[in-house]
Amino acid sequence: MRPPFRVNPHTKNQLHRMRLFTAWLCCAVLLFAGRFAIGSEQNDLIDSLAEELRDRKTVAQAIDTIVSSSSEKKGEWLEFILEGKLYVRKSDNKVVSVVKSDGGFTLSAASNDEALGEAGKRDVSKIKINNKLRAKLRAALAQLALSNPDPEKRLEAVEQMLSKLDDDKAEAISKLSATESDPDVKEMMVLAGSVHALENGSKEEQLSAIASLGVNTRSIVSQRLQVLSESEDADIAAAAAESLEKIQKRISIFEKVETVLFGLSLGSVLAMAAIGLAITFGVMGVINMAHGEMIMLGAYCTWFLQYMIPGFIEYSLIVAIPLAFTVTFLVGMVIEFLVIRHLYGRPLETLLATFGISLLLQQSVRTLVSPQNVPVSNPSWLTGQIHIDPALSIAVNRLVIFFFCIAVFMVLMWLLRRTFFGLKVRAVSQNRQMARAMGAQSSRIDAMTFGLGAGIAGVAGVALSQLTNVGPNMGQAYIVDSFMVVVFGGVGNLWGTLLAGLSLGVANKFLEPWVGAVVAKILVLVFIILFIQRYPRGLFPQRGRAAGN
Amino acid sequence: MKVKGLIAGSIAAGTLFAAQLAHAEDPIKVGVLHSLSGTMAISETTLKDTMLMLVEQQNAKGGLLGRDLEAVVVDPASDWPLFAEKARELIEVEKVDAVFGAWTSVSRKSVLPVFEELDSILFYPVQYEGEESSKNVFYTGAAPNQQAIPAVDYLADEIGVERWVLAGTDYVYPRTTNKILEAYLKDSGVAEEDIMINYTPFGHSDWQSIVSSIKKFGSEGKKTAVVSTINGDANVPFYKELGNQDVSAEDIPVVAFSVGEDELSGIDTAPLVGHLAAWNYFMSVDTPENDEFIGNWLKFIGNDERVSNDPMEAHYIGFNMWVKAVEKAGTTEPSAVQDAIIGVEVPNLTGGTSTMLKNHHITKPVLIGEIQDDGQFDVVWETEDLVPGDAWSDFLPDSKDIISDWLPPISCGNYNTVTKACSGQNY
Repeated sequence: MRPPFRVNPHTKNQLHRMRLFTAWLCCAVLLFAGRFAIGSEQNDLIDSLAEELRDRKTVAQAIDTIVSSSSEKKGEWLEFILEGKLYVRKSDNKVVSVVKSDGGFTLSAASNDEALGEAGKRDVSKIKINNKLRAKLRAALAQLALSNPDPEKRLEAVEQMLSKLDDDKAEAISKLSATESDPDVKEMMVLAGSVHALENGSKEEQLSAIASLGVNTRSIVSQRLQVLSESEDADIAAAAAESLEKIQKRISIFEKVETVLFGLSLGSVLAMAAIGLAITFGVMGVINMAHGEMIMLGAYCTWFLQYMIPGFIEYSLIVAIPLAFTVTFLVGMVIEFLVIRHLYGRPLETLLATFGISLLLQQSVRTLVSPQNVPVSNPSWLTGQIHIDPALSIAVNRLVIFFFCIAVFMVLMWLLRRTFFGLKVRAVSQNRQMARAMGAQSSRIDAMTFGLGAGIAGVAGVALSQLTNVGPNMGQAYIVDSFMVVVFGGVGNLWGTLLAGLSLGVANKFLEPWVGAVVAKILVLVFIILFIQRYPRGLFPQRGRAAGN
Repeated sequence: MKVKGLIAGSIAAGTLFAAQLAHAEDPIKVGVLHSLSGTMAISETTLKDTMLMLVEQQNAKGGLLGRDLEAVVVDPASDWPLFAEKARELIEVEKVDAVFGAWTSVSRKSVLPVFEELDSILFYPVQYEGEESSKNVFYTGAAPNQQAIPAVDYLADEIGVERWVLAGTDYVYPRTTNKILEAYLKDSGVAEEDIMINYTPFGHSDWQSIVSSIKKFGSEGKKTAVVSTINGDANVPFYKELGNQDVSAEDIPVVAFSVGEDELSGIDTAPLVGHLAAWNYFMSVDTPENDEFIGNWLKFIGNDERVSNDPMEAHYIGFNMWVKAVEKAGTTEPSAVQDAIIGVEVPNLTGGTSTMLKNHHITKPVLIGEIQDDGQFDVVWETEDLVPGDAWSDFLPDSKDIISDWLPPISCGNYNTVTKACSGQNY
């Protein structure tokens, strides 16, 4: 007889465990397989579109497919396409995102972020898009961003959708606004609802939208109100027209404010360019035609710094200011020592000599660097705008340059008024013989003063490199304006230079929309000529004994 | 005085005789008249180098008519009257057989009388305002119908633009081009208030109020575009200000006729992406001819960062046409070449064949490109066929009946088809 089969309790337990394990394993495999299946579907989507994405004729279609898909990575893909980071690997038609590395690209698969190593520029082809597609991508991304956890992104998204609302989008936004926690975003969402109601709502909705929008200066609101003000319904037309009038009144006030700001900004550029000349020409009396080239050298210092240390652009300007000052200060001293020193009291010869120096400097930059303009990048903290109202915003770089101009001016004032060096400079310029008799080394002071003027011009060059192009000719653009500002302000008076620069800037900007840029410039010049006829010493004439000389 | 004159005369005759004797072994001289200093050096230096490269390549191929070519380079220094003096020097003193040069319209107008008086040949490689056709000039750049008109068509048909800002620098090329464009737009039904015209001085650097007014003009509901004939250095601050005021290419695209690869190489192009340019050639065009040309150019100039651009292609086409015409005529004699060159066909760099027409303009394709973040253009649209250059615009009332035809029996650059008369004006 066989003994009855007895199961060892221990074994039993083991068996149970094994069963459990098998079940778990099955589940896991199933789950994993399921996962894998979903994943590969996503894989297939982007990679199956590779062919279409590569061809300019079908890329729009492919993007539509991505937008309407349910892939959770579509936002990332669309963003990469928009930023020009999505490529197709030519060897196997795999869609990859790239990061630029030395002489090539580092690839990773778009489908699952798997690292795919390096590739040369010719191994991959970029997915190319045009303006139409960029607009489409932005619209699609805005819709996705509506549920972004970052409130700023949501705000941007709603703002972007304002002008392109249809019923579906408006409904989606109004649903979201009920649960929106951020007050700014909520306000924007309500605004979107009103804007939509203006066009598509019933009469009551339209009227309440007009009332709730109030005096809103967004251009889309004005456009819609314009349409409504021609409406057949008298109530709506009247309400829209009334609202529109208020809006236009406010916009016109903002426009005047804007013009003043533009003028101050142009004025600060003019003053900035002229301050150096206010010292060499104003204080020392040297007709310095090479002043513009000092500005150019300062700008080239900025370029040189960015060129030598490419990863340093964010801080390059901060370093460029002392560098440009030092370089142009030294160049100024050398020019003074070699040329100007020998020509004091002979203004005509000084004019010709400095004009020669200016040509010499221009051509040497052309020969040594390149006749082409050089690229100077703007650091990110200098780009963008400060929005005060939809109809009024200030560019950050303009604002920074304005305050930088004021700061340079203050430092210079302090240097001339409060330091011993400044005292000697003023003494020598007012009465050379007497200053020498009192022990001031006039020749050294002259060199230092000219160097200072040149150095300030160099610093101006750093600031101007952010606004305009940097090339061998850039100095030429500023020389006439600089003389104009210094003469108008009153030769020898720094305050005069600042005020003259600012007021000429504002005058120019008020004239420009009225008569056009060309005539505005002529009118300003004519005005200065007439002004100088009446007041030959400018806005703020030098007073006292020195004024006679 | 008389004795002096006699001596001078005999010396001159002697030199002439000696020159004639030596002529057989002498290289064929080609003049290069591009500014190497002054404001235009930025654009023209590249063309001087292009010419040197083309001459070098031709010599490597065995020269022309069994003789070597020699490039004679002079520097007119961006000084318009000096252009005329230097042109005279090239033709009379250096005895060149053809001149390749000039960039601005005013420099071309300045040398024109010299070329007509001495009956020499000028190849002019830059897009220009038209309304001219000289017996002695071959215009290898675009006429307005090969650049401006197709660009406007593209914006209207493909982008749906309804409002137009015509912004330009205040001189002859933008003024004439804008006059033609205005007439063309009005013909196609655009209302007066939907066109805004703005001129700025050379080197204008403060664009704040203009960009602000363009922005306002574009915010009134209709799709707006800027057609820019802004010249040279003024472009950089213009584009920077567009970026400053958040005007993107998707809202208000700017299509430029004077911004090419060379100009972009001096700018941080990030804020420009998506803005447009209309040319007959882009460096990014993918053809074997262009690959070869760029390869040769980079090797010749010894700098991998350099770019090629439209006027360079124009010189490439013009030089090859001249070479073919000289071979056809069997001589470098300018008057024989002037006759032989009409009808000459050479391959251009965009995959087609350009022909010298009887009005001294050539056939070219028109391409619209979008600026990319690497400073290159991506072609988004091109004409199906090559467009023949039209010297006298059909859209201006003064010139719509005028044609240019340098073949007999007309042989006139300014022929009125209604009155059947040549105006007598040579250009």
